[in-house]
Amino acid sequence: MKYSFTKLALAAMFSLNVFCSVQAADDTIKVGIMHSLSGTMAISEASLKDEMLMLIDEQNKKGGLLGKKLEAVVVDPASDWPLFAEKSRELLTKDKVAVVFGCWTSVSRKAVLPVFEELNGLLFYPVQYEGEESSRNIIYTGAAPNQQSIPAIDYLMKDIGVKRWFLAGTDYVFPRTANKIIEAYLKQHGVADEDIMINYTPFGHSDWQSIVSEIKAFGSAGKKTAVVSTLNGDANVPFYKELANQGISAADIPVMAFSVGEEELSGIDTTPLEGHLAAWNYFQSVDNKDNAEFIKQFRAFTKNPKRVTNDPMEAHYIGFNLWVKAVEKAGSTDVNKVLDAIVGVKTPNLTGGMAEVLPNHHITKPVLIGEIQSDGQFQVVWETEQEVKGDAWSDYLEGSKDLISDWTAPVKCGNFNVKTKKCLGSQSK
Amino acid sequence: MRKAFCMLAAVLLMSTAYAGEPNYELSESLKASLADSKVKSRDQAIAMLAEDLSEQHISLLGKLKSGLVYADAATSEIYIREDAASDCYIRLADAQQICGIKLRRSGVSTLQKKKIEALLLSSSLSSSDPEKRAAAVKNLLESEAQSEIPSEQILEQIISKENRRDIYLNLKVAMALIKSADEKTGPQELIDCIDILEDYGNARCISALAALKNHPNPEVASHAASAAANLEFKQEVADFFEKIFFGLSLGSVLVLAAVGLAITFGVMGVINMAHGELIMLGAYTVWGLQQLMPQSLSTALFLSIPCAFMVSASVGMLIEHLVIRHLSGRPLETLLATFGISLILQQLVRTLFSPLNRAVATPEFLQGSVQIADNLSITCNRLSIIFFCLFVFAVILLVMKKTRLGLEVRAVSQNRPIARAMGIRAQRVDLMTFGLGSGIAGVAGVALSQITNVGPNLGQSYIIDSFMVVVFGGSGNLFGTLAGGFIMGIANKLLEPVSGAMLSKIIILIALILFIQKHPRGLFPQRGRAAED
Repeated sequence: MKYSFTKLALAAMFSLNVFCSVQAADDTIKVGIMHSLSGTMAISEASLKDEMLMLIDEQNKKGGLLGKKLEAVVVDPASDWPLFAEKSRELLTKDKVAVVFGCWTSVSRKAVLPVFEELNGLLFYPVQYEGEESSRNIIYTGAAPNQQSIPAIDYLMKDIGVKRWFLAGTDYVFPRTANKIIEAYLKQHGVADEDIMINYTPFGHSDWQSIVSEIKAFGSAGKKTAVVSTLNGDANVPFYKELANQGISAADIPVMAFSVGEEELSGIDTTPLEGHLAAWNYFQSVDNKDNAEFIKQFRAFTKNPKRVTNDPMEAHYIGFNLWVKAVEKAGSTDVNKVLDAIVGVKTPNLTGGMAEVLPNHHITKPVLIGEIQSDGQFQVVWETEQEVKGDAWSDYLEGSKDLISDWTAPVKCGNFNVKTKKCLGSQSK
Repeated sequence: MRKAFCMLAAVLLMSTAYAGEPNYELSESLKASLADSKVKSRDQAIAMLAEDLSEQHISLLGKLKSGLVYADAATSEIYIREDAASDCYIRLADAQQICGIKLRRSGVSTLQKKKIEALLLSSSLSSSDPEKRAAAVKNLLESEAQSEIPSEQILEQIISKENRRDIYLNLKVAMALIKSADEKTGPQELIDCIDILEDYGNARCISALAALKNHPNPEVASHAASAAANLEFKQEVADFFEKIFFGLSLGSVLVLAAVGLAITFGVMGVINMAHGELIMLGAYTVWGLQQLMPQSLSTALFLSIPCAFMVSASVGMLIEHLVIRHLSGRPLETLLATFGISLILQQLVRTLFSPLNRAVATPEFLQGSVQIADNLSITCNRLSIIFFCLFVFAVILLVMKKTRLGLEVRAVSQNRPIARAMGIRAQRVDLMTFGLGSGIAGVAGVALSQITNVGPNLGQSYIIDSFMVVVFGGSGNLFGTLAGGFIMGIANKLLEPVSGAMLSKIIILIALILFIQKHPRGLFPQRGRAAED
């Protein structure tokens, strides 16, 4: 009797032990955060990491997900594109994260895409981009071109009455593709060749004298002129400064920018920029209860009462909530199950509307146009009446007109040609 | 005591003056559309105010345009802010002054501002304040929409009353613009108009003249054509000078960034890849000083010239003492080590000050532009950088030619063993030379802070260009750097409109490579004994 008691106690202890260790390994869900914290892109990406840590912290305070706590795994790809691929492989194989929130530039996304497809991971990409892509393993929570540039052009054309167009861009993939789409769109609306001028400059271009004087000359032809700017990051401030110095105000030649947000404006004197325009899906200044709460939380979390929020941050906010809802719906963090569940999931955005995941793995977003104010914030002057559905393949480009993306059955394809009924790329198994 | 009483009386009088101001009686719907958070609602408000352009409404529209109208979100009560700097508001309903409350601005878009401007145009044209009239006429001449121009009769009346000469002349131009577009104007009158338009010669005049070229009357047409040709020629001349100026300005930036390198690389033969980061430190010094003394931005800027020199010079000397000295004679290792230092300095700044760009304010006197001729204006910040560059260059030249340090530097760079035999402490000279070169980089940073972003990446964008200038100019020759910088700047700006910014850089680089093949020692090679090594 005594023997069996000892045995029982031992067995109990053993099983308890096993149970405990299983608990320890399994009671957290790992969430990967892959944003550059050093190098040139740290300027934009670092605040997304802070935001993700806050969202995960909030979710844990609410009791976690599926009864488990979330655990953040932060990696720093240091603005180095091949390192992005390496780090994502590390996250998916070594850390075995359930989901990754990350990337900023298109080139970094292109670098990690094959890794996520090979290892069947799940990436939430929060930045507006050039479109022409749809992957089964990526949810694009930033704007596609039809959710940013096309409505902005409409505003310039119809509300401001612009007749001549100067498209200024930094020389890389996003401006090149975006300008191609804009040019095709303008020509379809009867804008003549000589009324469109396209200009590309290298990264970080700082001597804008001759280009601004070119814009001045281009704008003095007696027709209303606007600049559509896809200039990236650092090149913007010297550009606007030169505009102001040469006496071009927003009332004469407005500049519509697609890459200038609150974060970029927080480091500069915005007086020369006043009145110029930007198109986004979110502005910090939007008057909304959820937004006010979000800003308050973020400032409290980072212990900095002056921190600003911006559009990619809202995209991550939406993306995180969509993922949480999809996991709850699927009852599991398994990528295949989450991907099956996520299409059609809805969550409120921060501008008072709803974001819904579409079959092409893009989401619905409102389009807002804001004017830069002297305090570095935007004043919304125009918005779409309802959310716009993200379109992965532009309807205005020759090669992608007939393509659609649909990751639900029966199509299950990222680039399906509706004319030939063929899937051109990789198909999900 | 009496004084105090007087002041009290004055205060009382002022407050009654406030109260005595006629109260605005705004309709509920107007209030609601002013108080709404959406800018679109202001369309309605402006339309309502435009229905009856009373004095009150005109003043309210003016305030709305300058962004001084505020509203209480809860009660939609309308307030007027006294001015942009003050924290006090006047409630429209009862003219009460209230301070330190949180209100929402009734914002207007640029489009709406223009609409208000057009509404106020005729009233400001006949305003009693000559400055207001002058501004209104200027606006009239610049605006492109025909609908905003008042009718001929109204303009005629305003012209007859005008007594300031410049405003009168501008009004005449406006009149000529209207008449030239009117089909009923006779040929003789049209020719008079053409003369006026040719004199003024802005973009609108040019397009008006272009339209007249096809006039059925041959005399008018030929007159217009010759006027247009004259203006075009003037424009071309101005464009050319503008390009040369742009080139000089780019060149001066290049010279500033490169001249420090010309000393360390040209004279000492050290390839310092961290030179760009020393420029960046100089720019951050401006920022730091402006943070310390936010009231006097221009004093901070002038003070930062010596400060930036000290900061960068001491960092440079530290680098020399700790790293470069131990690698002397091993150029490849020096290159790699300084490249590493440049990365370390960048990340250090990123960690200490955040990766975001810092806001460096431009003092008032460096903003805007100077009008040189009718259609040629030069921006102040660029102009002052050209002068600053020449000044710095002159100082360096003086140091190198007239001081003991300069003499020793030249001696060591020409022949180190002999210089040492003469009792010159070569190591100390190395340290001082490197400090001088680095300090100049810091000074260049002060100038760059006025035209570009102050951020951790500032230096990287200038390092390649600086090396190009030094190699092109001929290492070891300061005049070579000056000439090289200006030639590259002007060539770049002449090419840019033709080939685009990207291609012009490539063309310059290829041209430079070909040039170096032919003249390996650059524009001004060192001759004589100094060249033997």
